[in-house]
Amino acid sequence: MRIFTTHMSKTIKLKKGFDINLVGEADKKLAEAVQPETFALKPTDFPGMQMPKLMIKEGDDVKAGSPIFYDKKSEQVLFTAPVSGEIVEVKRGAKRKILEIKILADKEISYESFSQYSISDLNNLSREQLQEQMLKSGVWPQIAQRPYGVIADHSDTPKAIFISAFDSHPLAPDYDFIFKGQEKEFQAGLDVLRKFTPGRVHLNMDAKGEVSPLFTQAKDVELNKISGPHPAGNVGVQIHHIDPINKGELVWTVTPFGVIQIGKLFLDGKYDASTTIAIAGSEVKNPQYYKTYTGACINKFIEDNLNTDHVRVISGNVLTGNKIEKDGYIGFAHNMITIIPEGDYFELFGWIKPTVNKLSFQRAFGLLANTKKKFTVDTNEHGEPRAFVQTGVFEKVMPMDILPTYLLKAILAEDFDEMEALGIYEVIEEDLALCEYVDVSKHNIQEILREGLSLIQYS
Amino acid sequence: MKFLRDGLDKVKPHFEKGGKWEKYYYIFEAHETLLFVPNHTTHKVGAQIKDTIDMKRLMMTVIIAMLPCLLFGMWNVGHQHFIALGQEAVFLDKILIGAIQVLPIVVVSYAVGLGTEFAFSVFRQHPINEGFLVTGMLIPLVMPATIPLWQVAMATIFAVIIAKEAFGGTGMNILNVALTARAFLYFAYPSQISGEVWTYLEDGAQTVAGFSGATPLALGAEAVANSTNMMTAMNDFGQGWSDNIYSFSNMFFGFMPGSIGETSTLMCLIGAAILVMTGVGSWKIIFSVFAGAFGMGLLLNAFGANGFMEMPAHYHLVIGGLAFGAVFMASDPVTAAQTETGKWIYGFMIGILTVIIRVLNPAYPEGIMLAILFMNVFAPLIDFYVVKANKKRRLQRATV
Repeated sequence: MRIFTTHMSKTIKLKKGFDINLVGEADKKLAEAVQPETFALKPTDFPGMQMPKLMIKEGDDVKAGSPIFYDKKSEQVLFTAPVSGEIVEVKRGAKRKILEIKILADKEISYESFSQYSISDLNNLSREQLQEQMLKSGVWPQIAQRPYGVIADHSDTPKAIFISAFDSHPLAPDYDFIFKGQEKEFQAGLDVLRKFTPGRVHLNMDAKGEVSPLFTQAKDVELNKISGPHPAGNVGVQIHHIDPINKGELVWTVTPFGVIQIGKLFLDGKYDASTTIAIAGSEVKNPQYYKTYTGACINKFIEDNLNTDHVRVISGNVLTGNKIEKDGYIGFAHNMITIIPEGDYFELFGWIKPTVNKLSFQRAFGLLANTKKKFTVDTNEHGEPRAFVQTGVFEKVMPMDILPTYLLKAILAEDFDEMEALGIYEVIEEDLALCEYVDVSKHNIQEILREGLSLIQYS
Repeated sequence: MKFLRDGLDKVKPHFEKGGKWEKYYYIFEAHETLLFVPNHTTHKVGAQIKDTIDMKRLMMTVIIAMLPCLLFGMWNVGHQHFIALGQEAVFLDKILIGAIQVLPIVVVSYAVGLGTEFAFSVFRQHPINEGFLVTGMLIPLVMPATIPLWQVAMATIFAVIIAKEAFGGTGMNILNVALTARAFLYFAYPSQISGEVWTYLEDGAQTVAGFSGATPLALGAEAVANSTNMMTAMNDFGQGWSDNIYSFSNMFFGFMPGSIGETSTLMCLIGAAILVMTGVGSWKIIFSVFAGAFGMGLLLNAFGANGFMEMPAHYHLVIGGLAFGAVFMASDPVTAAQTETGKWIYGFMIGILTVIIRVLNPAYPEGIMLAILFMNVFAPLIDFYVVKANKKRRLQRATV
């Protein structure tokens, strides 16, 4: 049995990690209101999604919060429309796999109505009542579970819930700026989530920066402070140091965006997918923030806003995001678009030329460069795939008591016992993203990890 | 440089699938990527940016770290040559004699080794790894200048095939490749790599009166066998033709006979500084080899049963190949322990074993080669226990 000591809020100092400083941070200002015409839901945005079943067809009209699809393995969790409008296209790929469900948005958004409560009423609701509304409204996918980093199973009771109150990824949006003024909704969201666990709700704040009152004033939660370089903001790293996940245990994680959205659902009685995203990166003329809705088409934000044409558009950040087209849609869980130069060029003797303009964590390249300054980085792989040779470097960017090389080798060998013993339950892709970045042998580490997680999850 | 790129692009299709030389694709690729960092970009998902470092840079850093040893070694081959002849010579003459002896060994090592690698890339259809760039330089540096070239070729082929390719290539090998080459010669052709082979002399050359090619390690073995005082022997050695050749400072700087690259502890330390500053070599391993040897030396001093045991412990750090082995061989990441705790144990054991083999086993005057190979074999076991401790911490956490 776990002994619940009276541990108070924790302060955790991390030393390992690496802050990647890039050119093109978003200015803390909101761009003129431009709304994209279309929005999309992408079933591929949800790890663990097995068989999405459509509940609409092309030509249907939907409201914000109307169900669009569900996953056959968990039929009660509905994925709903972020905006009202007409379903204009269901884009499919190979084997008719659903890629995007596009909605042509109304000028004025209309909402499905859900039950509305005052803050005091909210506290009287049971878990079942809360859960029912969360499942059908579309906010449930905001709750992820560890292990595996997939959407939480509503029949589970997690031992604790973790919320990271800062994002330490390169060029990440400033939470104080994007969540300003939503204290009430945030607290309501916390009050709801507290009903789902007998354990604690941990809110983990950046110890070094100025923290938004949204977080510091939060009540009835454990306030922990974390300091250190990236990945200090990763909720997985925080869990490892606050209350680690052991075999058979389950925790949930929610982003502040998700908490606020849950709060709004109950206070306003609607599925509110409005969000503030950052458009950042060295190739953006005016890196700044935009108010829009989940799943926005990004073309309006980057039109006439690029320094060069040959760019990589990334939904999310440079470490964990994914490539999208210039007229693509921002991912469900993302709150930023990063645009950097595409790196598809040959460079003569690029591996040996001395330079201080290229970013490297590894001192064999970056000895002379000052990594505190801001760099322009492109998408070149800088090398070819090789066997594992270098040792000890992953450990320098991994502030967890986990041996990444051994874990990866266990996954490649499909050795289930080893994966488990080496801590696979404690990590998801983002926790090993820096290892992938620094790897001299250029392994696709995040991909390998997801294969391992899937092997264990579905075996 | 566009013509280079254009030229490569023109011949590239011949090497690609369906081309007339498709079997040789990896040989082409090795050359192409040596000239140009390829235009590969990051995948659609996963890290969208990658560190600028690659394997070539990593390996080249090791080669740069070895250059002081190589250049000093070339000079020292000439220096020792003229000492043995009892002649004065200028810097340029010494380095010229040295270069004539050393460069062919380097060329043979690289040509034969890379040839073997290319052949395997064709047979096995795997990319050519940069590992041999380092091995190819290490092999000459641990050979005596007098080594016959055909033996260098034999040893290189043996090491690349048996120590590396048989295990699946760079990254998979258990034994340090360059040391395997040396061990091969040591056991197959001992007369060319042990005894007084360290000083290069032309056939029929007249050496200076009193000359001996014995190394400090040989003097140590003699002290054990004949119960003589080793320190007296060292201090007296070279009297009349090279006074104080085996003084501590002389040995630290490396003005003494030995394998081409290993005589100078100072040059090895410069190499170590480069490796540690760039993060390419593990300071934990390098430091702990020295610490292990010094500690074991002190322990033997306490017993003091014979002349070699009585030799001050710090002498162990400058005689023989300890420094070179610690800096360039023990720290090979593939064959060393791979866990951070394991690196301490691994290095420390190499230091201890080196001194034990030197002092307590006079059949093998030099211990570092066998100590490293021995610990190469044990490194996975050390890691096994370190990893097991990690797993155990995780399990214990669960049951608290």
